[in-house]
Amino acid sequence: MRNAAGLRPSVLEEARDVAAFSHLLANLVRRDLTVRYKRSVLGFFWTMLNPLLLMIILSVVFSTVFRFAVKHFEVYFLSAYLGWTFFAQTTTGAMSSLAWNGALMKRVRVPKVIFAFSTVLSGLANLGLSCVPLFAIMFIVGAPLTPALLFLPVSFLILAVFVFGVSLGMSAAAVYFDDVAQMYGVALMGLMYLTPIFYPIEIIPQKYLWLIRLNPLVYLFELARAPIYKGCMPSLHDVVISAACAVVAMVVGTTVFRRLAPGFYRHL
Amino acid sequence: MTTSPAIEFCNVTMRYRLPDRRIPTLKEWAIQRLTAKLRYNDFLALQDVTFTADGGETLGIIGANGAGKSTLLRVAAGILAPSAGEAVVRGRVAPIIELGTGFDPELSGRENIFFNGALLGRSRAEMRRRFDEIVEFSALANFIDMPLRTYSTGMVARLAFSVATTVDADIYLLDEVLSVGDESFGMRCQERIERFRRDGGTILLVSHNLPTVERLCRQALWLHEGRVMARGPAPEVVGQYHAGAFSPSFAGRFEGG
Repeated sequence: MRNAAGLRPSVLEEARDVAAFSHLLANLVRRDLTVRYKRSVLGFFWTMLNPLLLMIILSVVFSTVFRFAVKHFEVYFLSAYLGWTFFAQTTTGAMSSLAWNGALMKRVRVPKVIFAFSTVLSGLANLGLSCVPLFAIMFIVGAPLTPALLFLPVSFLILAVFVFGVSLGMSAAAVYFDDVAQMYGVALMGLMYLTPIFYPIEIIPQKYLWLIRLNPLVYLFELARAPIYKGCMPSLHDVVISAACAVVAMVVGTTVFRRLAPGFYRHL
Repeated sequence: MTTSPAIEFCNVTMRYRLPDRRIPTLKEWAIQRLTAKLRYNDFLALQDVTFTADGGETLGIIGANGAGKSTLLRVAAGILAPSAGEAVVRGRVAPIIELGTGFDPELSGRENIFFNGALLGRSRAEMRRRFDEIVEFSALANFIDMPLRTYSTGMVARLAFSVATTVDADIYLLDEVLSVGDESFGMRCQERIERFRRDGGTILLVSHNLPTVERLCRQALWLHEGRVMARGPAPEVVGQYHAGAFSPSFAGRFEGG
């Protein structure tokens, strides 16, 4: 191993480095998934129960109090809410994961990207698990389960690339500054209301629609909502925009992370 | 035996660039940046450090606090990239064994063993084979399924030492770890260090305990304010350190213990 001044591995070398640490990756994901459920009696079932309970609360609130005229409101809501949970939990999780593993990074050389990557993988596992109660609910309320659902893995994959990019950038920034995580929490709250998750996009006044259209999550969530709620494939337009957003997020996130990573030791 | 040394430092300089005060928040950083109040101080933790350690050598590293000993280990482990010069390490490096380790307090001792094995690129199957040996060496069999937050400092150090030294690496970096743990564990640690040496493992041992260095290391290196002051047979270097560090002309230059 050569450790010299100004020696920075290329993106490709770094990717190979992560692959070489696949045992660590497996352990990190396992730890994420087991520690999370360790102290709860219901264990893994909590992943499935959580959206179920939320669905009951929110469908009562929104279909009786706010009265959005949306057919199968619970399915409409969940089709985007699952993606939102994945996005919000993974990006915040990546920030704390990098900070928690600071002591580890001081003891042994590990590819630093591996912490954000493992958070995305365990987030994806949770997302996959939460599809089980979703399909059950769809079946119970009589929403059609169509072959378009087979497109979901692609939707989630594109979303995961986007989430990975955001996680990289945010986690690197959070190492440098204590207040990033707090500010991000507020930003997430705002972003949630700017995204048509529990309201139909039709209620947005025409003059504010451009604001909603600037939000990449609108397109990314549509990739899941079309097959789940509308029972059809998402439009090519949405797929292309989503994929482009994912690529941009990855490029920006990777660049920020690689710029900031050499200075982590001063802050961890 | 290979002819090239296991660890080779060539004019390694490590410069930390630190802001003149800690800036904890983005808000504050932006303000300082805009008002151009942000100044940086350079701190040289290592200056032009050149040395080699051959395979099978146990090299003691001594020096006052802040002399750059821990930084040197981190450069050897590949955790920090030097600001100038280069360090070449040939072989698999075990995680630095030091006080306050990178274990997860929520996981049990058992899970932490697997986790640490993974850090060294060991599969679960391989760790399962070595598991009994690790637990036996640490003498923590009764506590192995309890979360690590219930362990005492000495117990954590014992576990760290056991894991890191049971998964065989070629190079071990020990930072002041032999001073913890009870006497019987200390004895077993020394036995194990002897065994590495017989097996051709290279050890960098940082310690303030000069008798320990003299007993375990044939060779030693004395660092002072980031520079190599002496390198040679351990008794000589320890002697020079004693004579130098505590002579009146030198003592004035020390800050803090």
